[in-house]
Amino acid sequence: MRLETPEFDTVLYHRPESLEDYPLHLCPGCGHGIVHRLIAEVVDELGIRERAVCVASIGCMVNSYHYFKFDGLESAHGRAPAVATAIKRCHPHLVPFTYQGDGDLAAIGTAEIVHACARGENFTTIFVNNAIYGMTGGQMAPTTLLGMYSTSTTGGREPARSGYPIRVCEMLSALDGPAYIARESVHKPSAVRKAKQAIKLAFRTQLAGLGMSLVEVLSPCPVNWRLEPVDAMKWLAEHMLPQYPLGEYKVIEAVAALKKETDHA
Amino acid sequence: MTEKTLMAGNIAIAEGAILAGCQAYFGYPITPQNEILEHLSKRMPGDGRVFLQTESELAAINMVYGAAAAGCRAMTSTSSPGFSLEQEGISYMAGAELPAVIVNVMRGGPGLGNIGGAQGDYFQSTRGGGHGDYRLINLAPASVQEMMDFTMLAFELADKYRNPVVVLADGFLGQVMEPIVRRPPVTELPDKPWAITGARGRAKNVINSFEMNPADFPPRVRLLFQKYEAICQNEVRFESLELSDATLVIVAYGSVSRSAVTAVKMARREGIPVGLFRPTTVYPFPYKALTELARHADNFLVAELSFGQLIDDVRLAVGHDKRVALVNRYGGVPLHADEILAAIKEMISQPVGR
Repeated sequence: MRLETPEFDTVLYHRPESLEDYPLHLCPGCGHGIVHRLIAEVVDELGIRERAVCVASIGCMVNSYHYFKFDGLESAHGRAPAVATAIKRCHPHLVPFTYQGDGDLAAIGTAEIVHACARGENFTTIFVNNAIYGMTGGQMAPTTLLGMYSTSTTGGREPARSGYPIRVCEMLSALDGPAYIARESVHKPSAVRKAKQAIKLAFRTQLAGLGMSLVEVLSPCPVNWRLEPVDAMKWLAEHMLPQYPLGEYKVIEAVAALKKETDHA
Repeated sequence: MTEKTLMAGNIAIAEGAILAGCQAYFGYPITPQNEILEHLSKRMPGDGRVFLQTESELAAINMVYGAAAAGCRAMTSTSSPGFSLEQEGISYMAGAELPAVIVNVMRGGPGLGNIGGAQGDYFQSTRGGGHGDYRLINLAPASVQEMMDFTMLAFELADKYRNPVVVLADGFLGQVMEPIVRRPPVTELPDKPWAITGARGRAKNVINSFEMNPADFPPRVRLLFQKYEAICQNEVRFESLELSDATLVIVAYGSVSRSAVTAVKMARREGIPVGLFRPTTVYPFPYKALTELARHADNFLVAELSFGQLIDDVRLAVGHDKRVALVNRYGGVPLHADEILAAIKEMISQPVGR
């Protein structure tokens, strides 16, 4: 009898249309899955699935185009902003976004993201910062914290030897090209909701043709941090947030106006 | 359409791209090919086409990758050091089967070398050049007319085989001016249902060169090589001069083949039966035609602007029982006809056999 209950009418947590039913290769407790879902939800809500293009990169997100139900392609390590630049310029009606990790964006691809921002390209970048190289097994990333263990800084990252972590949002917001730059996190439900709002505003910035939009998302990597998933969330809050404060780093007036529309709605 | 226009080699490449319907150009300045970028900066945007001066050749080649993936006819141009930087992106394009045109106006090397013309990138260009198993079609122009024609052909072959095509020119050809005939523009571009254009009314398209499971990748590489076999079957191109009675065959491509033409005339005037074999595709290399020539000719003189790279392919074609000699210059300086003539005379003065 109970099987006949209208359960399907009351499901609150659907798989977004833009998210494929595809086996994830990500580790338990990884934040990438959350970020993928947020992007898919935003793409659905904005009704842009038929125009969206995932420009995947190299690292744990290498398979991203398999997880989304819209066009997608691979890009060489660090070069996603160059690929997205070309796609947007060739087909301005498309809505390309790059999905990049910290090694991809802030180490090998620093030049490409800086110049895409400097040119004020009209695409969106989702930058997932977990302060470690995930796919290669936990080496130091450009965003690895001082004192933090990695397989290539086993005594903890020490600045005299390995330099300092890069604050990407702060660095890029110094440029004139970007329209919207924000840093959010996915370590707790309220943060996830804010991250989604930022991602949505980033895509709306692109849809309005206002210029480069970038959202950095702090994300846990329990396996390479060698922590249980819940402990990894706590560690992120305790250690990453002081180094990488959340918030908006660049909001040009036109984007602020867009944001106001949402607030009033 | 037979009226001739005086044009520099680099400009002919740029105009060839326009005529071929190139929709997107990305490039980074490097001598001796800057005129291509400068010319297209004026020509492309006014025509509703994409032009972008990039922050590096890395960005340029990856933008070409993006534009090609988006279904556009896309091109970059560079010179040797920049071509090295582009190898990773070219490998990705070969792996993802993306059509694009890469112009390499070769200069002296290795290292920074100099801005003179050279052919030192022959191995790099004809053997793939980047990581992994792949090949690039290589067209080798020897005149300003061919700079235009081969650029147009490059776009056609790239689309036909969904593979990057290199126009392998050199600094001398880039800078020289000659009268040429302007070709009619290409008006119909091929459909590209595989391209990234948005999943509207169709299943999504994915472009990559990656398989998570190693066992899934060899079949993809095998498909590439079947394609290269077809290219070797269908696209071999070469030109012959005075070969019917030649006992000595000069083999040369690109600008140095022009010196070789003069050397053939000089030798013939002195009664020496010399001919020229000029590959215009250096991949696929015209092995069969050269092997055929070796039935009648015993002496092969390879003239090249490199340390001895083309000569390896000539040896592969004619075998080790033929005499194969090298006359060359390298590092950015030209090889003159009288130097080739001297090499011809030296070669025929040597007794047969060794």
